[in-house]
This record gives sequence, structure tokens and C-alpha cells, in this order.
Amino acid sequence: MDEISLNILDIVQNSIKAKASSISISIDIDRRKDLLSIIIKDNGEGMSKDQLEKVEDPFYTTRTTRKVGLGIPFFKYAAISTGGNFAISSNLGEGTVVRAEFIFSHIDRMPLGNIVETMHLLITMHQNIHFLYTYKLDNDIFSLDTKDLKEILGDIPFNVPEVSNFIKEFLLESHNEINRGSYI
Amino acid sequence: MKSLDELREIRERMQSQVSLRSEDHTQTRVVVGMATCGIASGARPILAALAEAVQEKKLDNVTVTQTGCIGLCQYEPVVEVIEPNKEKVTYVNMTVEKALEVVDLHLIKKEPVIKYTIGAVTDSAARRK
Ligand SMILES: Nc1ncnc2c1ncn2[C@@H]1O[C@H](COP(=O)(O)OP(=O)(O)O)[C@@H](O)[C@H]1O
Ligand SMILES: [Mg+2]
Repeated sequence: MDEISLNILDIVQNSIKAKASSISISIDIDRRKDLLSIIIKDNGEGMSKDQLEKVEDPFYTTRTTRKVGLGIPFFKYAAISTGGNFAISSNLGEGTVVRAEFIFSHIDRMPLGNIVETMHLLITMHQNIHFLYTYKLDNDIFSLDTKDLKEILGDIPFNVPEVSNFIKEFLLESHNEINRGSYI
Repeated sequence: MKSLDELREIRERMQSQVSLRSEDHTQTRVVVGMATCGIASGARPILAALAEAVQEKKLDNVTVTQTGCIGLCQYEPVVEVIEPNKEKVTYVNMTVEKALEVVDLHLIKKEPVIKYTIGAVTDSAARRK
């Protein structure tokens, strides 16, 4: 994958498959510390100790459609290859937390890429899931809690054109304002 | 800068005119595979383009959704079109351009784009052997 925002979309698919009803996605970029950190936390089915031990191994998956699970190994490799860190913790019946830390300035660090497209699709395609998204660049922070959207919209769905477009533009403008032209 | 106040205005404008979607059994479903293979081979922009095209063209009887692994890794990105009372059509090796053709031809004109279907792609691969 050539964008970290694609890894994020993929890792969140695991949370969705694990029947999470609440997923938080946090991106924290600290250029002074030279770190880009991602935390994806869900309240899905979680994994047993046994499963958790195997999950970073590409030959492990619980899917039956294919013999290897590559999502987590890809994400881990992307982080580790910059000299960063990667960790998963999980408890059966409670949920899972995936953390990846990239060295921001490392030449092998993928760009974040189109995070707006990732978040817009996740939010509009999974209305029954509560998403909490936070984007932090140095001292500036943007967050979007889909509970607030629901509260305003009542029973109007997220995927009606006016609402969907608003969410897309809102995400886009907020990121642009924080990034001030920097390419992340 | 946009704020959530703008969403309140949208809500107020819409409240009077929200027409409920047609019944589920009359909906055509367009499903994009979003497992690792799909995402790595370009499914995200395809899902975004399909969702946008269906909105723009006001295809109220079409719902665009995503699913996990369809089990066709080597043919990703995969898009399935499921029309009520018809056999599912599976499009493989999709691109944004091909997906938009499927919108115009299959979803609007009701003519499936045979050349992009899994049957056509596996047939021509077999012939090459
Ligand atoms: N958030 C999660 N909650 C529960 N189980 C998970 C989660 N993430 C990963 N898993 C488990 O780890 C396995 C491997 O994940 P992954 O590397 O993404 O490959 P895949 O999703 O293709 O199986 C999954 O099949 C699933 O059993
Ligand atoms: Mg996965």
C-alpha cells in the first residue's frame, strides 16, 4: 500500500469485521519529535492471547476465503521500516488497540495520502458505527465525533447527497486548514 | 471554514422533504470488496467514485456498499452488481473509469458490461494458454 491512509482503512476493516460498534482513529503528527503516530481502537470481539500472538504473522488469518492475512503485517512493516514501532493489544470480548509509530522524516515513510477519502467512506458507509476521528499536527487539532452528526441529523442518513457532501467538505477544509499547505 | 452549524441548516432544509428510500427488495446493490487485496489494488477510489456517481445521477434505486474479502484476490478490485430477481454480476480488475462505465451502461441503461465480468476475463485468460 502506498498511503498510510489506505493501511488505516484496511485496519479499520478488521474492527468492522469484529463487529465493533465504536471505533476511534487518531493520527498524531509531531514534527518536533519527528513522529507520526496512529492509534486505532475498537470495542469489537477482540482476540485471545493465542490469536494475538499469531496475528503479526502473515500466515495467520481467521478468514476462510484466503490462507494468509496481510493487513496487519503490511501495516507493521510500513511502520517498522521507518525505524518506528508497532503494537497490538486485545482482549476477548472487550476490543482491540492497534498502534503504529512512524519516523516522520524517514525516507521510507509513506505519505498519509487521502485520509479524507478514507474517513468519508468509513463514516458514510457505516452509519451504525460510532466513529471518533482525531487529527493532530503539532499544536493544531481537529476532531470529528459521529455522535455529534447523529445528534444534529436525527433520522436523516449520512449518505444523502447534501449530508455526504457536507461531511466530505468539512473533513477536507479542516485538514487543509491544519496542514497549511504542508504535504503530510 | 465549515462548522457543524452548516449541517444544522442542511437538516432544517431537508426535514420537510426527506422521502424515504424505496423498499429494500427493489434496490439494486453495488458492492465493492474492501479487504486488504482490494484496498491495495485501488478499491478505495472506486468505492468513492461509485458512491458519488450514483448520487450525482440520482439513482435512488441503487445502494453502494462495501464488503470484506470476496475471495478473488488476483481479480481485485472487484465490484458486484446485485439487481433484484437477477443473477449477480461480478466485475473484476476494476478501475475508476471502468466503474463509471458500469454506472452508465449497467445501472442506467440496464446493459451489463460483459467484457469486464469475471466470466469474460477468465475465458480470455484460458484462451491465451
Ligand atoms: N480489530 C480486530 N478485532 C478482532 N480480531 C482482529 C482484529 N484485527 C485483526 N484481527 C484478527 O487477526 C486476523 C488477521 O488480520 P489481518 O492481518 O488484517 O488479515 P485478514 O483481515 O485478511 O484476516 C483477522 O483475520 C482477525 O481474526
Ligand atoms: Mg484485515
